[in-house]
Amino acid sequence: MTTKEALYNYTLRMGDDSLILGQRLSELCGHGPILEEDIALTNISLDLIGQATLLLDYAGELDKDSRNKDQLAFLRIEKQYVNILLVEQPNGHFGDTILRQFLFDAYRTALLERLSTSKDKRLAGIAEKSLKETKYHLKHSSEWVIRLGDGTEESHLRIQNSLDKLFRYAHELFYENEVDNLLIKEGIVPSAQGIYPVWEKTVNDVLEAATLSLPKNNWKFQGGREGRHSEHMGYLLADMQYMQRTYPNMEW
Amino acid sequence: MEKSKEWPLWEVFIRSKQGLNHKHVGSLRASDATMAIDNARDVYTRRSEGISIWVVPSNNITASDPSDEDSLFEPANSKVYRHPTFYDVPDGISHM
Repeated sequence: MTTKEALYNYTLRMGDDSLILGQRLSELCGHGPILEEDIALTNISLDLIGQATLLLDYAGELDKDSRNKDQLAFLRIEKQYVNILLVEQPNGHFGDTILRQFLFDAYRTALLERLSTSKDKRLAGIAEKSLKETKYHLKHSSEWVIRLGDGTEESHLRIQNSLDKLFRYAHELFYENEVDNLLIKEGIVPSAQGIYPVWEKTVNDVLEAATLSLPKNNWKFQGGREGRHSEHMGYLLADMQYMQRTYPNMEW
Repeated sequence: MEKSKEWPLWEVFIRSKQGLNHKHVGSLRASDATMAIDNARDVYTRRSEGISIWVVPSNNITASDPSDEDSLFEPANSKVYRHPTFYDVPDGISHM
């Protein structure tokens, strides 16, 4: 594998994580629990889709088949998407949405902080720009995890259930294979070993303030990075790809 | 007293740039001050409207009584000499 191929894979992963989570959150536009939160979640969705645009644009330039960002976003089949399983999980209730977001934001912030000093200037630039947005996303999701966890008896119970249900997908945030190994060696991306302790500290601090506890089981679900997705992914893609599939090459 | 299920109302003030006043832009609901700031950021500054936010619990604002309008404000209308309009403002002075 060449550096270019590895970098294509890496930017595609990051782009897919952003794209699919952005698509998920966009489903809540007009359906947020209160007006203020509806706007907040939609802002975050747009930030993520904006980040996906930058990342997939770069991936397109590295792609051996020279696909552009729109072709990458809308015209791949399910097993060609390499996002982690966490981001494709359904919105569920508000606690599920927030907990999923929190686990992701804590990871993304730690990743982007390190990526902003990457030897690859393009990736460093994207990371630096995205970091400002993602730091706010983390603040927002952390505040809510604490409020729901340390809120009423019912809100505590419900978000604890969200944590029990979603934590099994967090492990995949730290997936690594030969793509990462090559890029780590060249100083282009940070290693999971470097990011994990930062993520773990954020998660532990917030969960402690929220009076929540990690599930006792040690379940670890993964597969998304290798194109094996959960049953929810097909429905999401059908929704997301409908326009480009029905009216090929249409522009908005 | 029955406990309200709705979150308290907050008044939002935004400073659009350095040197200008915070201006009232609207209101929103939030459970506490931190959330009120975050919500104000999302609702009122998403199109780069500001660089600073104040939030104030709406119930901390004391308002004049609309029925006192005549005695409070009407008398000022006939006192044109209170307006500083009898001199020229030098060039380059904005935001007066």
